[in-house]
Order: sequence, then C-alpha cells, then structure tokens
Amino acid sequence: MYSYNGESYFIVDAHVALWDARPENQRNIHGKQFIDCFYDYHRNLSPQAEVWSYEDYLYQGGERLMKDLFTDGYVDHAIFQPAHLGEFYHRGFGQTEEAFALTQAHPDKLTYNHCWDPRDGEQGLEQLREDAKRFGLKGAKLYTAEWHGDSRGYKLDDPWSYRYLEAAQELGIRNIHVHKGPTIRPLDRDAFDVADVDKVATDFTELNFVVEHCGLPRLEDFCWIATQEPNVHAGLAVALPFIHTRPKYFGQIIGELLYWIGEDRIQFSSDYALWTPRWLIEAFVDFQIPDELSEYAPLTTAQKKKILGLNAAAMYDIPVPAELQLRAEAPEEVAVAS
Amino acid sequence: MMTTRMTTPTTTTSRHDQAFRALDAVVDPELDEPITDLGFVRSVEVDDDRVEVHLRLPTSFCAPNFAYLMASDSKDVLTALPWTGHVVVELDDHHDSDLINAGLAADAGYRGTFVHEADDSLDVLRVTFQRKAHTAAMERVLTRLLLADPERSEIDLHGVTIGDLPADDATAALLRRRAVIGLGEGADLPVLVDHTGVAHPRDEVPLRLRMARSTRISIEGNAHFCRGLLRTRYPDTSVPAT
Repeated sequence: MYSYNGESYFIVDAHVALWDARPENQRNIHGKQFIDCFYDYHRNLSPQAEVWSYEDYLYQGGERLMKDLFTDGYVDHAIFQPAHLGEFYHRGFGQTEEAFALTQAHPDKLTYNHCWDPRDGEQGLEQLREDAKRFGLKGAKLYTAEWHGDSRGYKLDDPWSYRYLEAAQELGIRNIHVHKGPTIRPLDRDAFDVADVDKVATDFTELNFVVEHCGLPRLEDFCWIATQEPNVHAGLAVALPFIHTRPKYFGQIIGELLYWIGEDRIQFSSDYALWTPRWLIEAFVDFQIPDELSEYAPLTTAQKKKILGLNAAAMYDIPVPAELQLRAEAPEEVAVAS
Repeated sequence: MMTTRMTTPTTTTSRHDQAFRALDAVVDPELDEPITDLGFVRSVEVDDDRVEVHLRLPTSFCAPNFAYLMASDSKDVLTALPWTGHVVVELDDHHDSDLINAGLAADAGYRGTFVHEADDSLDVLRVTFQRKAHTAAMERVLTRLLLADPERSEIDLHGVTIGDLPADDATAALLRRRAVIGLGEGADLPVLVDHTGVAHPRDEVPLRLRMARSTRISIEGNAHFCRGLLRTRYPDTSVPAT
C-alpha cells in the first residue's frame, strides 16, 4: 500500500522476475548480451540514485526481491512472469524453484506464473498439465522471441500454440501475459506485430491476454486491436519508467491507452528487476498529463488506483481490503474491483 | 569516431565525406530517420577505392531483420558510388553480427543470409514501415493546421488538400514520404488519405486522425528510446537526444 495526499493505493506489481544472469549461468555470448541489454535499459531510464551496480544486477536473490518489492516498494502483491531463455542460460534465466519457494512461503504476497513453449510439442503439453497442478497456475508468461534449437521465435497463432492455449483454457490458466521480442520465423515479417494476439483473443474469449509493455514498439497496432478485443489488456512494463526521463512521452502513452482501451484494462508493473517499484509508484501517483498535451483529459485518482492495483487484483482474484477499494460514489467501479 | 586513412589527402578526404553523405540515404525503417543522424555509423574508412564502414545499434537484440536491411542498404549505396571498388560493411556488437557480416561479405542476399528463417524477401516489411512513416508525417501537418487555426475542427480536415498546406518543413517531409509510397504532390490531392491515396470518408476523419496520432507517437517514442540506449551503450557518441 502506498499513501499520498490523503489517498491510499493498493499495489499489484503484475510483472516481476527472479533471474540469474551470472557468468557461471551464461551458456554463451548471448547470455551476456541479453543481460547487458537489460542493464542498459535499467541505466538509461532509472533516476541516478536508483541505478544498481552491474554485479547486483546479474542476480538479486529472494531476500533482496522481498525487500525491494514489499519492504521498500509499497507492493501488496506481485506476480512472477518468468522467461526461460534456455538457449542463453544453463539453468534458465527465470529461477523457477527459488521463485516458487518464495511464493509458497508468502502466498498472500506472491503469485507464481510459469511459462511454456509450443515448440516443445506433446511432451511440453504434458509438462504444462503437471506444472498447472504443481504451481496452481492462474496465468502464464509467453515470450514469442525465445530461441529454441534452430527456431528463434513463434507466433501465438501457430498450430501448436493453439494446442497449448486450448490446454490452458481447460486447465483454468486464464491470464496469458504476452511479451513480444525481436525474432520470429520468418524474419520477413515484423516480429513485434501483434496481429497474432488479435487472432487468439478472438478465438479464446475465456482467456485474458495482457500484452506487456503495451505493445511497444508498436503502440498503435496494440491500441487498435485492444479496442476491438475486450479480453486484451495493457501491461505498463517498460513504458512506465519513461515517467522520469521523458514525462511528456509517458503522458502521450498513458493518454493514448486511456483513450483507446480505457482505465479498466491497464496494469502497473515495474518489470523488476529491470526497475524497482518504489520510485515508479511514487512518480505515477504524483504524475499529471502535462498542460501542453491538451488533447488528453487529466488523470484521476480513481484511474490511478485501478492501474496501480485494482485491475490486476480483479484479474487474479487478489483480495483488496475494503478501505482500499474505490469509494461508493462509483458503484459500478467497486463491482469491478471487488 | 570517423577515421580516414589517407593516401592522397585531397581526394580521400572528399571520398570519406562522400561515403558518409551517401549513408544519409539509408534510413532506419522503424524510426524513419537516417542512420547518420541516429549515430548508427560507427566508422568510415577509405583507402583508395576501398571503403569499410562499421555500423552499431542501440542493443545487441535490435531486430535482426531491420539490422540486416540497414546494413545491406549501406552496402548498396556505397557500391553505387562511382569510385568504390571494394566495399565492406560490418555490423558490430549484435547477436547476429557473424551471420549478417558473413552474408554481406558474400553478397548472399536476405535469403542467402538467413537461410531457413527467410521465406521470400523483406520488401513487405519495408513497405509496412514506409506506410507508417507517411501516416505519421500526415498527422504532423494536420495537427499543425489544427493548432494554427483554433476555428478549424477535426472534421474540417476532410477537404484539406496539399495546396492548403504551408510551405514548411513538415509539408516537405510529408511530400517526401508520399513520393516513397508512390503518391503525388498535386495541389488538389487530399492530405488525409490511406496508403493508396484514397481520402477517408468525412465521418471517419476524427478516428483516422487519432489512429495516425498513435502511429506518430509510437515512432517518436521508439526514436527517443533508441537514441537514449545508444548513448548509454556507447557513451562516446555525440548524437543529440532528439
């Protein structure tokens, strides 16, 4: 919970990771290139006082995660969204056992989502059924640019991907977090294109599709499909840190998202440990659309409360204390958040 | 960090400049800006008829298809210079550097470079982004008209033709992007059009303007981010923030 100016906000950080990118876990040069790319994102967009050392950035560990999110970071509940990256790291990038053990120790604070790769075929489908049972999965994280043998990406509307989504629907894994990356087969097409999200959102109406970093670098394509598909949501990872370096640009992004998809389908996330939640939450609560962007309406406190936690809490059935729900003057909004 | 290895000072200096200026024609398709302005040209070396150019990008994980497009376009414009004999273009510090550089050295083309990952060509990809660049340029001139004349409503943009536009930088930029996708510059041609030049119906004008705005914001935002990341990755760069 974060309190400011007499208002209190329930915080759900909808995208966090516990990763290990230390040299002993790097399988090849790409393991180093990948974490270096993350570290440049971190250094480029964080306020100077929030920049970690490279050593710290390679591996943060469970204790530091708990402190950064819950002791220092105002977060009430956080959701793990692991990326496997088995072609880059010996034991994977996201640390499944460590993250799941933390979740079991703090079930009120943490939810563990797992990942799958449709190129694992029948065997992967069996594994998905076991994982769903073992982890009690409500959601999954899919990174479409994952490398896999001689394939360096897939589309959500590939035939095998459909098999996995069908299984997810059957297993009650309802919240599919989609993260687009730079590679896909064939390379003829734009890997960041979200047309495949459009297709699966139409065909799997029981599932929610949360597009991470709100479709960036294709914000416009994302906004357009999200307008047409009620089960498509925006995750604010990567977009939110611009609030510090480029507040006007962040104002345009949030203004566009509110215009096209509305306040009920946008979720806060720090993308920890890319960035830490405390400064992002403080900056967002204090943020207002700059005057020069007169085409957008000002952000309301209710919108901020929904984005910072109530929307994701509703999606994941996370209980919200009565005093942190929206007040009764907006009864339809209370219904959404409860 | 432009370096010139000189043989005869006057000609090679000007050849170095010619090579660099030729690269102005190579555009990052996603950002709609020349790679020379973006700081992606790391070095240009000229030795008589031999030219060697190194390119760099904001991250190792920039999309390989766009990286290849920029590198192969660079090789093409340098090869087209009348005095070049041997042209080497290399992409540095990218996850596909080895693959792309080998493909460029062998003039293997897109399919020869990416083999099983390539179906046909990158033509459709390029056209998609040329259309986006046109959409963004269109939004800039029309929003500028709205700001200049508060009496004009969005729906009034329906009848605006190229002849109604002021003779400024935004109009010039729009005309260049129209030419790229095969649209003319006649004074009576409508401005708010789809990629085939057909005007949107009057009642769709506010929606089409909003869609165009989100395209413009997306491209501009990506350009901010890429420039910032390039400066973080290569602190020596002198590329300005915007």
